[in-house]
Amino acid sequence: MPGKQQAGATTEHRGPLTGWGRTGPTVARIVRPTDIPGATAALMGAGPRGTTARGLGRAYGDAAQNGGGLVLDATAIDFIGPIDPETGAVDVGGGTSLGALITTAIAAGWFIPVTPGTRHVTIGGAIASDVHGKNHHVEGTFTQHVDSMTLLLPSGETRVVTPESDRALFWATAGGMGLTGVIVEARVRLTPAATRFITVDTYRTNDLDQTMSLMADYDTRTHYSVAWIDLVTAGAHMGRGVLTCGDHAPLEALEERKREDARRWRPRPAPPAPPIFPSQVVNRLTSRMFNELWFRKAPAERLGELLPLETFFYPLDIVDQWNRVYGPRGFLQWQCVIPFGEEARLRRLVEAFVHGPVPATLAVLKRFGAANPGHLSFPMPGWTLAVDLPAARGDELASFLDGLDREVADGGGRIYLSKDARMRPEWLDVMYPRIDEWREVQARIDPQGRLTSDLDRRLGITAPASARVRGAGPHSMGDAR
Amino acid sequence: MTDALGRVRSALVLGGGSEIALATLDRLATRGLRRAVLLGRRPEVMREGARGLAAKGVEVIVLPFDAEAIDTHAPDIAHTFATHGDFDLVILAFGVLGDQETFEADPTAAGHAAIANYAGAVSSGLAAAAALRAQGQGTLVVMSSVAGQRPRRDNYVYGSTKAGLDAFARGLGEALRGSGARVMVVRPGFVRTQMTAGMKPRMLAQSADQVAASIVAGLDGGASVVWAPSPLRWMFLVLNALPQAIFRKLKA
Repeated sequence: MPGKQQAGATTEHRGPLTGWGRTGPTVARIVRPTDIPGATAALMGAGPRGTTARGLGRAYGDAAQNGGGLVLDATAIDFIGPIDPETGAVDVGGGTSLGALITTAIAAGWFIPVTPGTRHVTIGGAIASDVHGKNHHVEGTFTQHVDSMTLLLPSGETRVVTPESDRALFWATAGGMGLTGVIVEARVRLTPAATRFITVDTYRTNDLDQTMSLMADYDTRTHYSVAWIDLVTAGAHMGRGVLTCGDHAPLEALEERKREDARRWRPRPAPPAPPIFPSQVVNRLTSRMFNELWFRKAPAERLGELLPLETFFYPLDIVDQWNRVYGPRGFLQWQCVIPFGEEARLRRLVEAFVHGPVPATLAVLKRFGAANPGHLSFPMPGWTLAVDLPAARGDELASFLDGLDREVADGGGRIYLSKDARMRPEWLDVMYPRIDEWREVQARIDPQGRLTSDLDRRLGITAPASARVRGAGPHSMGDAR
Repeated sequence: MTDALGRVRSALVLGGGSEIALATLDRLATRGLRRAVLLGRRPEVMREGARGLAAKGVEVIVLPFDAEAIDTHAPDIAHTFATHGDFDLVILAFGVLGDQETFEADPTAAGHAAIANYAGAVSSGLAAAAALRAQGQGTLVVMSSVAGQRPRRDNYVYGSTKAGLDAFARGLGEALRGSGARVMVVRPGFVRTQMTAGMKPRMLAQSADQVAASIVAGLDGGASVVWAPSPLRWMFLVLNALPQAIFRKLKA
């Protein structure tokens, strides 16, 4: 499935990279090819430290970093093919942003099947992280709406992979953190959407119990649902939140004058956050104020509100580079999933954050539906909690989060690798019990270990950390004297 | 280090018998250190010193290393990186204190000390820096000394090697800018260790663990120069400005 590709030369530079959390920079050679042959050439020219692909850098930690190695910036491989008017299938480049695809899709009466909380994510990134959205309980993850993907393999081969042609590789790539090949193209099945608006119901809840029971109730009724929860307030109102549920608005729901541009979606470029924020802007006081405001501005109950999709899906995209507000030390997002039946554990996590060493600035709770066949795909039936935290008080916060990881692992849950920037490697194999199966597929595709990343090195995804220590890799020089 | 909260996961020590280096690793062990590779002259001493680390769950690897054998430094350090993987932290900790009177009586011994303390640090420091540059991240901690600040009658052989080392390390830090790797120079004052056993402690004397605490704090804060203890910075600002006639008479 050849796509239309931009002409132009590959660009290259050397520089520091971080994830969205702006922590743990490493320096790499960054190559930005404009087409698949250019990407192949770059991959073949990588040195002993291997290659990782990078999209728009929205993974919070070090997933798209490769210190001392090659980082293949895929964002110039960004074509959008014609949309099949019958099925909604469309061929897109691995570096195409979801935002660009939405603009094209909305104009033709479609929307992307699954969207994370920002539109600044590439197709390749969406598959490599196997992203989920507010409709996971209905639609599953992004990769569940991918018919085929084109992988650039370490051998230099470009291979079209479908669940039929190579089921193991297809699903190893879903959530495979880019370690099974560079995703250069995919065929995505869009979902019908008559307008660029969402009909939204909003509810304010008084405590965690109410938040959770209302969410369970609403999952069966609406296509999209998510709750913001307050992890700053302790006491009787601990876990209070604002639940928002929505469905795509039909054309009839719009006033006459709005119907004309119901399919024109061109969000204005967001004003950037100023580059200099001191470390202490996000502190307990400002977090408390922010959470109080967020709660207060929500109505106790409001039904059928018509919101543009960007307000519903991407509230944080209104400020470009909002991650700067955390200052030079950056921030973390800790996201876990806790299986249904372990609600007591979820409550303990909420309590821990309320009394934790740093204030939780923003927290989101969502109920997941069924898991998919992806070996390393994050979602599983249960509650997912995502918490933003300033990366302050390093040592104390590190031990605190280590304790929460244990709570999650003990309950059969897991941590989302695309958000992680600090987990201890020993949890990886516990949280992702199918990882050995995944490693077999990965080793078949990449026998020489050419695909790696800082995340891979930190957690030992392609090889357990203990195996790496022994220096059994291709660059080992034999035993010590 | 790619850990968002600054945790050192793996460390390499050149001069693995150093009490300050081991105390530093000991502190890092309680916060996520997983692997320590110790290079040094006396493996049995290093193994003994690293017992506490192993008890805390750190994987300890001990390898022979001769600070004076400068020809071996580049290949040995490259080999260590290749065999034992990435290091978030390298501590250059070897050094000979010696005795000024002995040095004056035995110029050959003084020359050997100068080779170990300075030439050996240059060859191994450059090799370690190259390896850190190649991994795009990591910190090289260089153990300098306040003895390098201003030569004194009673330890100028040692002091001159540390003066050279200090200048080398700061220059190396400049050379590493933009590489993702960096250098942190540590200038302890008098430290009560085996190296100084029997000597009369000077002002602001510290234990190895107190220096280790300053090193860990410096790593957390991204410092390029750490004085241990920190008031030494101001003390030497004054001392360096004093006329020689007055400095000579000070017993500090």
